[in-house]
Amino acid sequence: MICLIILIVFYLVGIFGPVVAGMFGISPYTFDSNAISDLGGKPYGAFGGISLAHPLGVEWGTGRDIFAQLLFGLRISLIISTTATLLTVTIGVLIGIIAGYAGGITDSLLGRLMDLILAFPFLLIVLALSGVLTQRLTDLGVPEGNVSRVLYLILVMSVFGWPYLARIVRGQVLSLREREFVEAAVSMGASRRRILFTEILPNLWAPILVYATLTLPSYIGLEAALSFLNVGVLPPDTTFGAMLANSVTYFNVVPTYLFIPGTVLVILVVSFNLFGDSLRDALDPKGGH
Amino acid sequence: MTTETGEILRVSDLRTYFPVRSHALIPRVIGQVKAVDGVSFQVGSAETLGLVGESGSGKTTVARSVLMLVRPTSGQIVIDGQEITHLSPKALMPMRRKAQMIFQDPYNALNPRHTVGGIIGAPYRIQGIEPPGGVRAAVQALMERVGLNPEHYNRYPNEFSGGQRQRIGIARAIALRPKLIVCDEPVSALDVSIQAQIINLLRDLQQEFGLSYLFVAHDLAVVRQISHRVAVMYLGHLMEMAPRETIYAAPLHPYTHSLLSAVPIPDPKLQKERSRIMLEGDLPSPINPPSGCVFRTRCFQAQERCSVEVPPLIEVAPGHQVACHFPVATLPAGIETALATLENQPGVPVRRPQPAGDQVSSAQLDRLPADGRPDSTPVRPKVRVGRSR
Repeated sequence: MICLIILIVFYLVGIFGPVVAGMFGISPYTFDSNAISDLGGKPYGAFGGISLAHPLGVEWGTGRDIFAQLLFGLRISLIISTTATLLTVTIGVLIGIIAGYAGGITDSLLGRLMDLILAFPFLLIVLALSGVLTQRLTDLGVPEGNVSRVLYLILVMSVFGWPYLARIVRGQVLSLREREFVEAAVSMGASRRRILFTEILPNLWAPILVYATLTLPSYIGLEAALSFLNVGVLPPDTTFGAMLANSVTYFNVVPTYLFIPGTVLVILVVSFNLFGDSLRDALDPKGGH
Repeated sequence: MTTETGEILRVSDLRTYFPVRSHALIPRVIGQVKAVDGVSFQVGSAETLGLVGESGSGKTTVARSVLMLVRPTSGQIVIDGQEITHLSPKALMPMRRKAQMIFQDPYNALNPRHTVGGIIGAPYRIQGIEPPGGVRAAVQALMERVGLNPEHYNRYPNEFSGGQRQRIGIARAIALRPKLIVCDEPVSALDVSIQAQIINLLRDLQQEFGLSYLFVAHDLAVVRQISHRVAVMYLGHLMEMAPRETIYAAPLHPYTHSLLSAVPIPDPKLQKERSRIMLEGDLPSPINPPSGCVFRTRCFQAQERCSVEVPPLIEVAPGHQVACHFPVATLPAGIETALATLENQPGVPVRRPQPAGDQVSSAQLDRLPADGRPDSTPVRPKVRVGRSR
């Protein structure tokens, strides 16, 4: 329950990030030369320059506010992970249901496609293709810069993520389609569409929801990892991964710069995982209430 | 008996085979499970045909084939004058209004994520029929008719007991006012006391709507309660078919005799003293059935001729058909007592015996274990059976 509240707070902060930043009078884009030393750009004060004006300190070298960066970074992280999860779930459920119900050659072909995708060295492909595909997206009319880079992240996450869910769904459908209520629907003359989406799909919501709540945090982590590897968004925009990548340089002098985004990331991911676990328990018909 | 005003269902030479595939890299069909192998019968208007047989005899496959839930390999199925085996799924749609099914397992036959109203109203939605007064009113009338509280419209199946769930299944089956209802062991998963209620409900509905039933069961007592005629199946073949009185009082086929000798007597003393026909061995594999008469491997009457010549189903008396070279006329000893007990308890099926040690013959039809829980795993041949759909 606590994790659900934390998640709601995170989403609200993500949505209203600019408002919150405005309330504190901070912005992730403004340089504050007063907060850093002229030589080397080290933040004044303890813990990376934590002060009333900058609640979580400032960035080394530029004096940009870390709290404001977190707010805006959270926003991008949530946009990427939520959209990618929705796409993953949509593709995974659709293909899983079709493979499971159709069986035969369709099932085999889709199964091999999943094997193929799962066999790809994901990280290598993502790094290698990032330049080419972002350029391609730009050519297709997507605004250059971070918009196309974010879109690229969402696309690769979804394309490489759906087979896991599709396999789960396929297995469930295989057992569900043998149940007598499906046969009852057939004996009443139900169309294939009705059987798939009205009879079978409602019985799949539990595993789908659980999978989604466990995928979302993994995508947040993945986005952070990819941003760390410079595939993610470019400055002046930032995300958890970009901040972490940036902070590593100054870790010996200002450890808080690494710890603050790291802690927020951990809280977010752990909340999602715990929420997914409790959702699974709640939706399991065997776990009595 | 029945008033034979018309024929609702005619099945001619029905064969349903399932391919057996090898597990090699490229699967090949290496054999066939002959689940139903040349079965013919008909069901008249407002008549109940009981179809009995032990597990693996193919009676459920007959039921599923009649509604085209499995495509028959060959043969004809005529429902209300229309041949259906060659119809496309779309062309089958109008036929589906005429024939409905009641399933064995009331826990499996209702979608756990749909409300009762949604389940019973599904036939209307699927068939695109708007009943007078709307779906909701029609569904609630149906619920009332089968003995459910119409206020439970929005409840989910898991809030109901097994008997109530079976009532939901019955309400769904009669929603479209079909002429034929195929009942696939509709009471075998229920408590004995509930069985009688459901049987009585089915009888009442038959009178009210003029329904015909194809009633599949393995419990001879239940079949006796509801059937006008009884057909006995063994390994995909019809062994004997006769009016109810005849099959229980004057059976001719050795297999029917052994079935009747397995009917329990609810008196332990009599039950102990009676003589039983014990069948030897197990049901042969339907992949490789015995030559000649399929029953000969376990038949106490079997002779040379039985392995060579398939006994045809011959009409020996009006309405009484037998497939046997050497029919037995005398009733097995002790069966009179058993039948008398059945007769003395109208409307209430006899309590099943506890299958104890040596009394469990291979002809024992009743798969219900002693603790009363339904045995949900049917006996299947040990090979993988491919779907022929």
